[in-house]
Amino acid sequence: MPYSSTIAGTRYTFPDLRTLLACASPPRAGDRLAGLAAETAEERVAARMALADLPLKIFLEEPLIPYEQDEVTRLIMDTHDAAAFAPVASMSVGAFRDYLLSDAATTESLRDLAPGLTPEMAAAVSKLMRNQDLIAVAKKISVVTRFRTTIGLPGRLSVRLQPNHPTDDLGGIGASILDGLLYGCGDACIGINPATDSAARVMALLQSIEDLRLRFSIPIQSCVLSHVTTTLDVIAKGAPVDLVFQSIAGSEAANRAFGVDLALLDEAHAAVQNLGRGPDGANLMYFETGQGAALSAEAHHGVDQQTMEARAYAVARRYHPLLVNTVVGFIGPEYLYDGKEIIRAGLEDHFCGKLLGLPMGVDVCYTNHAEADQDDMDNLLTLLGVAGCTYIMGVPGADDIMLGYQSTSYHDALYIRSVLGLKPAPEFEDWLTAMGIMDAAARIRPVTGETQKLLAALP
Amino acid sequence: MTSAPPDDDPFAFLRAKTKARVALGRCGDGLPTTRLLEFQRDHARARDAVHAALDVPVLSAELVATGLPVPIIVQSLAPDRATFLQRPDLGRRLEESSSAKLEKGDYDVSLVLADGLSATAAQKQGAALCALIGKSLSFRCAPPVIACGARVALGDEIAARLGAHLVIVLIGERPGLSSTQSLGAYITFAPKPGVTWDAERNCVSNIGPEGLPLAEAARRIVAMTALAFGIGATGTMLKEDDALAMLEGPGNSSPIDGHRDLQG
Repeated sequence: MPYSSTIAGTRYTFPDLRTLLACASPPRAGDRLAGLAAETAEERVAARMALADLPLKIFLEEPLIPYEQDEVTRLIMDTHDAAAFAPVASMSVGAFRDYLLSDAATTESLRDLAPGLTPEMAAAVSKLMRNQDLIAVAKKISVVTRFRTTIGLPGRLSVRLQPNHPTDDLGGIGASILDGLLYGCGDACIGINPATDSAARVMALLQSIEDLRLRFSIPIQSCVLSHVTTTLDVIAKGAPVDLVFQSIAGSEAANRAFGVDLALLDEAHAAVQNLGRGPDGANLMYFETGQGAALSAEAHHGVDQQTMEARAYAVARRYHPLLVNTVVGFIGPEYLYDGKEIIRAGLEDHFCGKLLGLPMGVDVCYTNHAEADQDDMDNLLTLLGVAGCTYIMGVPGADDIMLGYQSTSYHDALYIRSVLGLKPAPEFEDWLTAMGIMDAAARIRPVTGETQKLLAALP
Repeated sequence: MTSAPPDDDPFAFLRAKTKARVALGRCGDGLPTTRLLEFQRDHARARDAVHAALDVPVLSAELVATGLPVPIIVQSLAPDRATFLQRPDLGRRLEESSSAKLEKGDYDVSLVLADGLSATAAQKQGAALCALIGKSLSFRCAPPVIACGARVALGDEIAARLGAHLVIVLIGERPGLSSTQSLGAYITFAPKPGVTWDAERNCVSNIGPEGLPLAEAARRIVAMTALAFGIGATGTMLKEDDALAMLEGPGNSSPIDGHRDLQG
């Protein structure tokens, strides 16, 4: 069914819902590359005007990717909670934006609404929102998850400590971990991207963090971000696996390019539940996503990259993950060209994920061929801190020497906690205080005798 | 640079364990000025490498000086750097007047030197690596090609135009903060423009001063080229270790860095 609107006598027509959403999307390289973007600025606004008038429930009636073709569409449709949707069921997309900004949308009502929303609804409304709106609404949403730490509480900001090394050298990784702990980082998890997917190496990395955790009674969870099949393998071999990691995307075909489907993720979720390493009701999965993943796998079905990204969150929320993060600037300038596009995408992903009930973190990052630098990252980091982002990455000096890109640093974590008065997860805060790393005012202290003991643990 | 970190830095020994930027010290929550400027220096070098243009006359002269035939110069459909970075599809196709320069011949191998994401890498190492490979190949080689605005898959069209059975693309890799001069080598048997998948290529990556020395890289590229003609394929069918074993007994460990994206 075609959609249209008229601006100053020019009638703009959009042949289907996918095209309308793509044309309404803020400008970005990936949509231009895919030939989906609005051709003029006026056409973009015309698409937004048409979108604002659409009933929200149209996304339940007209799947963007056919139900028969795609298991992510089936997941979205089959798990939709009509009772939760009821309060907004009669709204247009534009009225839904107004509602989200209103005082009627509270932390509690937004929590109850989440199962009634589909990714397409979240993506659609985000396209009508300014950056300020994305921040203001996300700030109202609270998603709290737990393992050995409690993540996402108000007034807290957690950090994934990311101590990667190009050869997975235990001493090199250990040095980065200790440095990060002494900066108060690691309360989201200690998460290593391994240089190889070898099961033996993954087990050695997990064991080394396990030894450190037990020796110093650190309330942390570990994760080696290997492929889910490798993680299943090391679980079977008895490795101390806290979290199952996987990269996911918004279509069945894109997930296939990652070597996964829902059945495999179900299997992995069941396997890590059986380990019973977390407290009762612990969240056990860690997912990474990023705009452009579906297009780069040629599995986007003509849907714009931001909507495809939101669809990945439907996959994530099936597993009640401890952590989800969008690796926003990693993919490169053919998907997000510059700092402006990266900043916008980071805020959109954070908003959509939170609205759908996920514990969203953001890897605030860029590559050297993107038109971006540390000033852009400072902007996005600060905006996300204000928006109540669950966690960020902590990479030594912002320079990931294994993956070859720049993220946020331990120093950046100190900065954002300091300027916004945010603290680490409470269990981790207690440990930092007990170790003499952090003082009562949540400031990181100079190195003391106690912290020297931690440094002596380096392999 | 200005001041060194203080001698009493209790973290300093961490730096001996890794090239990661650990133990940087801090001023309040921020980086000390020295560390801030070091990072900016490294990022600036990487940015300049991404945006540099090949100096084609100089590179051509260097190739000829090594004894190789006069190179053919081609350009992709990406007219400038900004377009090249956003439109990888254009970097995989030849601009029309370039196509006309490539005459079909009776060749086994086409050697393509491409700017990719670091013209600096191609400029500084390209001629020497081409010469090492050219000297060791016992195949009928087409004249070398210098390709501007090029992605890996541009080599498929170049080889098809030249009538070569195999293409070796030496291309500037995406610069990292610590290395701006790394070349990647992509070897493709029976390349078909628009059809060949990245999984049908073999890659030797991180060639340069911070990684694999040129001579060793050339040895591996030549070994894989020879085996590719032996088995009639590249990609997942061709294992680098087998190629090196065929050449001269057991080889070294694989240099392929699976975490660096294909430049394609």
